[in-house]
Amino acid sequence: METSIDRERGKESMNAIQVVAFQLGNEEYAVDILKVQEINRLLNITRVPRSSEFIEGVINLRGNIIPVINLHKKFHLASSGDTNEKRIIVFQFDEVKAGIIVDKVSEVLQINSLDIEDTAKVYSSADAESITGVAKVDDRLLILLDLEKLLGVEVL
Amino acid sequence: MIMDMSQYLDVFLEESKEHLSSLNAQLLELEKNPSDSSGLNEIFRAAHTLKGMSSTMGLNDLADLTHHMENVLADLKSGILAVNSQVVDILFKCFDRLQIMIENIEKTNQGEFDNSDLIAILENIKAGKTEAAALAEKEVVVLSSVESVVPESKKLNTIYPFDFNEYDLSVLREASGRDFSILHLRVDVDPGCVMKAVRAYMVFKVLEEEGEVTKSLPSSQELEEGKFEGQFEVLYLTHLTKDVVMQRVNNISEVKVAEINEVNLDNLSGEAVMDAPVTIDRTTDNKEISEETPKAQAHKIKQTVRVDIERLDQLMNLVGELVMHKGRLEQIGATEKMSDLNETIEQIDRITTDLQSVVMKVRMVPIEQVFNRFPRMVRDLAKELGKEVNFLIEGKETELDRTVIDEIGEPLVHLLRNALDHGLESSKERLDRGKPLHGNVVLRARHEGNNIYIEVEDDGGGIQVHKIVNKAIEKGLLSAKDAEQMTKEEVTELLFTPGFSTATNVTDVSGRGVGLDVVKHKIESLSGEIFVDSRPGFGTRFRIKLPLTLAIIQALMVAVKDEIYAIPLSSVDETTIVANDDIKMIQNQEVITLRRSVLPLYRLARLIDLPGDLDENAEKYVVVVRKGDRQIGLVVDTLIGQQEIVIKSLGRLLVGISGIAGAIVAGDGNVRLILDITTLF
Repeated sequence: METSIDRERGKESMNAIQVVAFQLGNEEYAVDILKVQEINRLLNITRVPRSSEFIEGVINLRGNIIPVINLHKKFHLASSGDTNEKRIIVFQFDEVKAGIIVDKVSEVLQINSLDIEDTAKVYSSADAESITGVAKVDDRLLILLDLEKLLGVEVL
Repeated sequence: MIMDMSQYLDVFLEESKEHLSSLNAQLLELEKNPSDSSGLNEIFRAAHTLKGMSSTMGLNDLADLTHHMENVLADLKSGILAVNSQVVDILFKCFDRLQIMIENIEKTNQGEFDNSDLIAILENIKAGKTEAAALAEKEVVVLSSVESVVPESKKLNTIYPFDFNEYDLSVLREASGRDFSILHLRVDVDPGCVMKAVRAYMVFKVLEEEGEVTKSLPSSQELEEGKFEGQFEVLYLTHLTKDVVMQRVNNISEVKVAEINEVNLDNLSGEAVMDAPVTIDRTTDNKEISEETPKAQAHKIKQTVRVDIERLDQLMNLVGELVMHKGRLEQIGATEKMSDLNETIEQIDRITTDLQSVVMKVRMVPIEQVFNRFPRMVRDLAKELGKEVNFLIEGKETELDRTVIDEIGEPLVHLLRNALDHGLESSKERLDRGKPLHGNVVLRARHEGNNIYIEVEDDGGGIQVHKIVNKAIEKGLLSAKDAEQMTKEEVTELLFTPGFSTATNVTDVSGRGVGLDVVKHKIESLSGEIFVDSRPGFGTRFRIKLPLTLAIIQALMVAVKDEIYAIPLSSVDETTIVANDDIKMIQNQEVITLRRSVLPLYRLARLIDLPGDLDENAEKYVVVVRKGDRQIGLVVDTLIGQQEIVIKSLGRLLVGISGIAGAIVAGDGNVRLILDITTLF
């Protein structure tokens, strides 16, 4: 699905990053592919009482217990799309593993860092701190998530 | 050289730490009994090994410092220098420095350190210029009696470098009476030999086929661990002649008898005369030593393997998985109702249970590891506070799961500090109250059922209830009206409130208002509980109850609406069915009467914020759980049954959620949460 121009640019620039793009509600987001461990179909999620409202619950991933974060709630987005297309994207930083629920995983693509707009110009809300920037890819706008910050916020 | 050695660094670090901890312990003993030469020998040996190891590793500064320590120790051993508090203090300082250096090496791979200050002091001491010698005249006088005998014993020691006590001698005398010859062997092990320990073991084995090895230097345990350098000596009782023994030993490859002599018993008894009073002294003086001596002799050569703890964790995880899938199999067996299948499942059940207990035992470590550093800490602390303290450790052989061992040190430090600082009165106060000057602090560990109890007890002033109440009111943690209604137990609970401290003086040691709440938190994170008993005027006792293992436990599975939870069986007293009519209200709280005691009743659905109406059946299932000394009724919809569960952590993101102790992966692959009774309500 990648356009040839994208690919060319990606090769030229040292600052190209590969991202996984996905949908949350009507918006399109992206995360650095190096942070993504795997993408799963929706598994049985067990609710965790008394946890933060953004925690959807925990899942069993081959014997590991992994918390799942509900970004819809965090970003105040309505869930959309077919349940069959929903996925859990699992990330890992250091020792911490976590997943997020997304409505649909669109594709893997390369973004040139020159195409990334600073967040401050676009967002001014409190959510901005977990967003690295907005990338223009053709006529699409991808919101780049800073997962470490996102999880850091969730720790409390 | 260092590059080549890097693969041994882990082993080196591990072993040096062990040596340091044994050095510390032995030196404390020596400080108590300056005339006990066996302790000194141990210290000397440990320092010597440390020196050898560090120079092999190319860590010259470390080797240099230990070398100078060894010089001083050698003089202490031979009696040229007297053991006094200054020398002991300096040696402690050296140990601290060694510890720092070893930590440095561990963290930064840097082995360089300027030790000229300590080395200068050590050299001064060795040169006899120590002021301490003059200052501590008293001690010198005490020791001079030993010194006067030293020359003779030294002479004998060079012939037979073993320590004999009365018991050993009586064995030897009896042996010679029965026509056994007593042989003293010096055995050389080929320096190129790869497994020295095995060679030593083979020598022992050959010798013990026809006779008895009564003594060895280094000790049989050290030999078995390979902690010797090319040569060891044994004292051997046998009917065989010298030549036959020599031939048999020489038959073992890479081993050679360097020297073999028949021992003349008269020579030895001369030494025994000197040694005997010391032994008697020891038994009257210190209970612990007299208990340990026979135990040390009972050490048999056992084969051991050093294993990386990570591998054990892996093994435990795998066993956990196995238990989980066994659970799944059991479910299938229950629905399929095939007798062959069920028989096999039963077998698997037995084997996994055995496997689990074996793996658990492998992970068990004696609590000694943690306890050993406390005598030193208590000594330093007592000095700092100017208090006289008898510190007693009981049950240090009690075994605990490795994960608990790693975590339990810090809370115990808090409790011991507390006992010394707040618990024990000052020397003056003690005398005024007619108590002995020496305060007693006891650290005790014991095993009871599926739990380990650790106690920290002092015979100080005890907890004064009114002081706590006043303080709590003062700090706004409590209103005067509430205070009147509180029981003594509730008042002592206040001690664990964050920001609470009753010490009128904030000292360096404790009293900054952090401490007991941290202790409580830590213990609870280990699924344990902490209790306090106190008698004003007679002392205080903190009691910690810990589960034997944190990894696999028995649990009661319960359901509320469509959610399933596990309650650790250790928290469950019983289950019962209660009719709606039996539920009464007291002060807006539902209660039930169970065998004449009144229990508060909580709905699990409400505690875990389940939306929707409560299920209002005519009868309710109640799980009676125990929180500390209190019983609480927990209403659930269904009791599913008892199950063995493998506890998994919820991970760092979800740490510290009150009421949830962890999670399990159930037989159907779903995650279920484990309720934490201590923090649920």
